[in-house]
Amino acid sequence: MPSVKRLASDSSKCIGCGACMTACSTLFFKVDDPARSCISVTPSDSGSKITVCDQTCRLCVAECPVQALTVSSQGVVMLDRKLCVGCLACVAVCPIAAMRHYPGSANPFKCIACGACARKCPTGAIGIVVEERS
Amino acid sequence: MTESGFDIAGLEAGHRPVSEFRYEKRPVVRGYNDRTLYVNVGDGRIAEKPVSADMRAKFTGGKGYGLRLLWDAVNPSTKWDDPENEINIAMGPVCGNTNYPGSGKSLVVSISPTTGIPIDCNVGGYFGPFLKFAGFDALEVQGKADRDVIVFIDGDDGVVSIFEAPGEAVDSHVLAEQMVAMFARDEKDRQHISSVSAGTGAEHALIGCLNFSFYDKRRKVARLKQAGRGGIGTVFRDKKIKALVVRYSGLDVSSNNPADLAGLQETGLKLHREIVTLDDQQCRMREIGTAHLTEIMDEYDLLPTRNYKFGSSPDSPGLNSHAFSAMVTHGLPDGCWYGCTMACAKAADGFELATGPYRGHKVTVDGPEYETVAGCGSNIGVYDPRVVMELNFYCDTYGLDTISFGTSTAFVMECWEKGVLDSTRTGGLEMTWGNGPAALELLHRIGRGEGFGLVAGLGVRGMKKYFAEHYGADPKLLQDIGCECKGLEYSQYVSKESLAQQGGYSMALKGPQHDEAWLIFMDMVNNRIPTFEDKAEALYYFPMFRTWFGLQGLCKLPWNDIEPADNSSTDEPAKVPEHVENYLAIYKAVTGNDLDRDGLIRQSARVYNFQKVFCIRMGKGRRIDDWPPYRMMGPVTVEEYESRADRYDKQLKEQVGIDPSGMGTPEKVAALRAYREDRYEKLLDAVYKRKGWNREGVPTVETLHDLGIDYPEVLEVVKPLLV
Repeated sequence: MPSVKRLASDSSKCIGCGACMTACSTLFFKVDDPARSCISVTPSDSGSKITVCDQTCRLCVAECPVQALTVSSQGVVMLDRKLCVGCLACVAVCPIAAMRHYPGSANPFKCIACGACARKCPTGAIGIVVEERS
Repeated sequence: MTESGFDIAGLEAGHRPVSEFRYEKRPVVRGYNDRTLYVNVGDGRIAEKPVSADMRAKFTGGKGYGLRLLWDAVNPSTKWDDPENEINIAMGPVCGNTNYPGSGKSLVVSISPTTGIPIDCNVGGYFGPFLKFAGFDALEVQGKADRDVIVFIDGDDGVVSIFEAPGEAVDSHVLAEQMVAMFARDEKDRQHISSVSAGTGAEHALIGCLNFSFYDKRRKVARLKQAGRGGIGTVFRDKKIKALVVRYSGLDVSSNNPADLAGLQETGLKLHREIVTLDDQQCRMREIGTAHLTEIMDEYDLLPTRNYKFGSSPDSPGLNSHAFSAMVTHGLPDGCWYGCTMACAKAADGFELATGPYRGHKVTVDGPEYETVAGCGSNIGVYDPRVVMELNFYCDTYGLDTISFGTSTAFVMECWEKGVLDSTRTGGLEMTWGNGPAALELLHRIGRGEGFGLVAGLGVRGMKKYFAEHYGADPKLLQDIGCECKGLEYSQYVSKESLAQQGGYSMALKGPQHDEAWLIFMDMVNNRIPTFEDKAEALYYFPMFRTWFGLQGLCKLPWNDIEPADNSSTDEPAKVPEHVENYLAIYKAVTGNDLDRDGLIRQSARVYNFQKVFCIRMGKGRRIDDWPPYRMMGPVTVEEYESRADRYDKQLKEQVGIDPSGMGTPEKVAALRAYREDRYEKLLDAVYKRKGWNREGVPTVETLHDLGIDYPEVLEVVKPLLV
């Protein structure tokens, strides 16, 4: 039975501090910029809304014309930037806007369930889980 | 033998080098290379040519470049099979970007075997974009080889070579796979190879097409898109070219080097999202491509049946989109260029062929497009989707245009019905309506260059002449029912009830293809252009607007086969204003230059009028050449009239002012014809005036001067006709 490794979230615990976005964008883009973070935290009526890829719908994988998006052995949707032609079809088909893109950059980006953000979360609102899938 | 099953080493052992050319690789700058590639397959010359500032300013790119180069290559007496005739493939500045759907088109021009004037085709596949990123805005192929050759453009290493290639296949579905197997360095490299090829049918018929390949990584098949119209495949094989092949492996967002990548991405994403959100409620292009149109055309009495006699049939549900949807493979990103989320290039996989030289083979069939469903289906009375699929496959691999084959076969069947043809004349083929096996056998005979296949391969205009000369057929009847204009077979819409569409077809520069204007709903269904002036305005705006796609390397479909949710509440929904703004935005994002709506039309008008004068230079393009066969204008026969008697009687009464009661049907047919032909004359007057042409359809000096294309060689063509 294949497993899926993903970042799970509980928005009721989120205090909107943005530490996760800082951790993510600093790790991957060497800047502290929410627009370059794979996880997005925005204010909502009930507090915070956390948007991040759940690794399961895989519409982006089906849409990619060059098979730059594949599913790893851990069940994580990964982008091979060497294959990507930057069409951004994956960004368009993502139903929750978790496939992200920074204007003017060549490739989209997404959460790969590395857990760097979770380690910085002060309230335990996010954490890596591994689930068995049928 | 390789993994592909081809003996590539054996094929390569037969190659003999003809010539080689090394060039300096340079990046594209804001959508342009500013140089073109010249290849002469007759004497082996290969050279690069700079693009002049005037050429770039006046001709923009794509079809504009192709036509400018073709004009300079030929003279007024050049025939299609003269060595100086060229096949030019050009792209345009926007072509090749991976962000805006429909941005991978190549524009192909040549002097057509069936019309004798310039033909242009807009075709998908990877060849054009790869050629551009290999370093050239256009490829000009001239000369005639003595022996079969392949031209290989290695965009990675900057080398162009011509070599004799005696062993490779001719039929495209095999040849395209051989080219991938031969030139790809490894499995990953296969999608970096694209070829242009024709087929054995193109060696024996004037209606040959070109196939542009695109390697489908998931299906592991070299798929094919067609430059279908006007016989360019025939020119290709007459030049003894087996394939043009290009390799480019560096594709990314910088390949086209846009001035403003972020702006391009923003507009592209907007359209991607619109398509993903709305397509399933609108045209279902992502599900079944243009084949979604069949039932709509049938419902509005526009689906050609039995050689355009009728616009619908009780049998049409057999060919509806769901029949084909059940045959194609779903859930794949079926764009014919990267980044096209419209994904209309559908394909049926594992289709087992029932006839012909590949009988029993399981193949991938690209399509069918609506035009093929109608042309190789309802218009010849065939309602079995498997027969349509098989005709589609063989037309493609033989390098034959499905539209011209369909319309030609429909003409053959009506000639059979009317007694012009019989089995002695067809070599035993019973060309009755709906005889799918006979249509397939006719196609195979074209492929083999055998018997009546050679006659049918002449196309409708050639057959009209042949039947009159050899069989004593009535030329007037043949003219009425032979659905061609200027020598090109009509595409697949019934235009009888739309005067504007009759004009859209018959005034189209290259011949009756609907890519200049499709006005039937606007005119006939919604009655939005009631006066001659209204129709003339539509027949000015839409051909000019649509010409622009061909200057840029764009596909027409993402313009209006998807519409913004609020499009119907805009001032001019038929123009899809938001998408026009998208085009202006992506043009600026790529080239860095501002463009407004008037500027867009002006870019087109220059090339459009240049093409018009080019047609006149080659001997066609005047008023007499814009006259349709009456079958496309109204009911030719008593049978047709009586099939829609209520409609026509009402028109006689309300529009013509004649009381039809007491009149015999032949008398009513004649009265309606006189009325409709008079209205068509008035339409010609109004459209020519709007386009800045004289009453004979010749652009005036003022028009050419205003557009800045009053070159001496252009004025030399028109001046004698303007006195």
